[in-house]
Amino acid sequence: MATFEYEGVSIQVDEDGFMEEPEKWNEEVAKALASTEGVTELTEDHWKVVNYLRDYYLKFGVAPMIRKLCKESKYSLKQIYELFPSGPAKGACKVAGLPKPTGCV
Amino acid sequence: MSSDMPKPEELARVSFQPPESDWMDTPVQFKSGTYNFPAAKKNVEYLKMPNPHAWAVDDKDWMLGDKWKEKILDGISDRLQKFRSFSLFMDICVRCGACADKCHFFMGSGDPKNMPVLRAELLRSIYRKNFTVAGKLLGSLAGGRELTEDVIKEWYYYFYQCTECRRCSVFCPYGIDTAEITMIGRELLYELGLGINWALEPAANCFRTGNHLGLQPHTFKDNIEFVVDELETATGINAMPSFNRKGAEILFITPSADVFAEPAIYTLMGYLLLFKYLDLDVTFSSYASEGGNFGLFTSHDTIKSLNAKMYHEAERLGVKWILGGECGHMWRVVHQYMDTLNGPANHLEVPRSPITGTVFENTRSTKMVHICEFTADLIKHNKLKLDPRRNRKVIPTFHDSCNPARALGLFEEPRYILRNVCEQFYEMPENTIREQTFCCAGGAGLGNDENMEMRLRGGLPRGNAVSYVRDKHGVNMLACICAIDKATLPPLVEYWAPGVGVCGVHELLGNALIMPGESEERKAGKINLRAEEDDDESEGGGDV
Repeated sequence: MATFEYEGVSIQVDEDGFMEEPEKWNEEVAKALASTEGVTELTEDHWKVVNYLRDYYLKFGVAPMIRKLCKESKYSLKQIYELFPSGPAKGACKVAGLPKPTGCV
Repeated sequence: MSSDMPKPEELARVSFQPPESDWMDTPVQFKSGTYNFPAAKKNVEYLKMPNPHAWAVDDKDWMLGDKWKEKILDGISDRLQKFRSFSLFMDICVRCGACADKCHFFMGSGDPKNMPVLRAELLRSIYRKNFTVAGKLLGSLAGGRELTEDVIKEWYYYFYQCTECRRCSVFCPYGIDTAEITMIGRELLYELGLGINWALEPAANCFRTGNHLGLQPHTFKDNIEFVVDELETATGINAMPSFNRKGAEILFITPSADVFAEPAIYTLMGYLLLFKYLDLDVTFSSYASEGGNFGLFTSHDTIKSLNAKMYHEAERLGVKWILGGECGHMWRVVHQYMDTLNGPANHLEVPRSPITGTVFENTRSTKMVHICEFTADLIKHNKLKLDPRRNRKVIPTFHDSCNPARALGLFEEPRYILRNVCEQFYEMPENTIREQTFCCAGGAGLGNDENMEMRLRGGLPRGNAVSYVRDKHGVNMLACICAIDKATLPPLVEYWAPGVGVCGVHELLGNALIMPGESEERKAGKINLRAEEDDDESEGGGDV
């Protein structure tokens, strides 16, 4: 576990930079995490994806299926890669403060 | 994939020049991209394993705890008495070298400590020094060495560069199963609180929520409902299954990745269409919602309790028998461990296909049938109407997943299905399939991103065989029957054999099955389960 600091925000992250304590997520944390993903500014499009992920996570306790994310957020996989260059799981989910899925994935 | 990954032509230039120093004097070097991150403390605690602590591979002090040497030696002693196989494997190796070049990690890395004989020697040398007269008296002359912290670090590196695939054991004249040595090596590391997160978090999740992914019951159900909706869009068929239904004839258990990840969800669509077609009296469980068993990569105790969950649920629901999905290591556990650990499952009946009447005699003690056996039997009895032209764009080869192949001997059934649902089928070279199959290099807990370079190195032999049939026969699809494969083979083929996709056998079956009430588009073969549309009129399709 390591501490990541960015513009006054201090969070605990794992080796891949994912939040260790997802319950401590807030919009400032999202901006801090976005900086590690090469996203300098969170636009309205970014927030729509992040907020969808956040709501889903609070309801279901995990990340959504990628196909479901695309269908319900109305962003194609290509668009999500444009917004978050590491992709939906490693990029968007990280910014939204979700833990990494593990197992046969 | 990370942009700093070496290019395939660079990675393929493997040096087989060993280090100048003797292996005992060559310290382990942890290179980024070739090792796995430690298990998070919370997961070690959740599994009630010893010495939970936060640590990192590049820490000088791994905080092994008090009396760590005694714990390791006691651990070896206990297991020598408990496992006759382990005791034999420590003594009988004559170092003939038959296994040396059979390991995919050795082939792809050139590191001598990835020769199965030397991987075993990492542990055997400690055994010799402490448990044999010759080793106690003669030390390194008799192949013994001192137990030090560096030995522990070396174990951590190399016992997690083995996918427990058991290809080496096929070639050992003594039948030494290096996977079992790796398993014991890992158990010993757990005595000191040293595990990898990719193995322990899924195991902890499975205890907590019923599956490796940590899907709670409502999430598990919601995911399947979403897949059912997508399936209906692609086919016009509503194939909603039942959940936790008492009194069903059959309990169906599949890897949780089948209800979460691509391309595994298309395999789930194939199962659902098949069950609908047959009007099978089958139910899913949100408690036994995992076919896989990451206990196999953790410890014998964990294997046992995760496996027991499936049988408890079968008993609670009152089903007659269990049908298992396209999973790899589940079948090693069921076929080779279940009966001793939790069996025999006398509360269930010997599985009998309600459609063909076939009794699956081979499952008399486990009461659990592989879906490929079940489906192949249906095709053999002419119970399925199939239209292989719907898969006309797919030219598949078959990757034998290590465990169904080497632990279950399931060679013919998936091939029989593929030949019946596709117009073409080509085999990879014979020393890369069936019992000699090459691993995806991401099994046994190693399928994480931080270990990607080592996965791709270990994936070289499989990738090489795939690119061979791609170039020779135009193969464009690698079919397999394991959820780890479906997660780890896509980056492998993207790297070593671009242009080839990955799918499950039951995805292709689902494409070919002629369903009553299906959409005109599907009937004409213009849309597949992935909802990929094909407007190429000239090649036809439709009923034949």
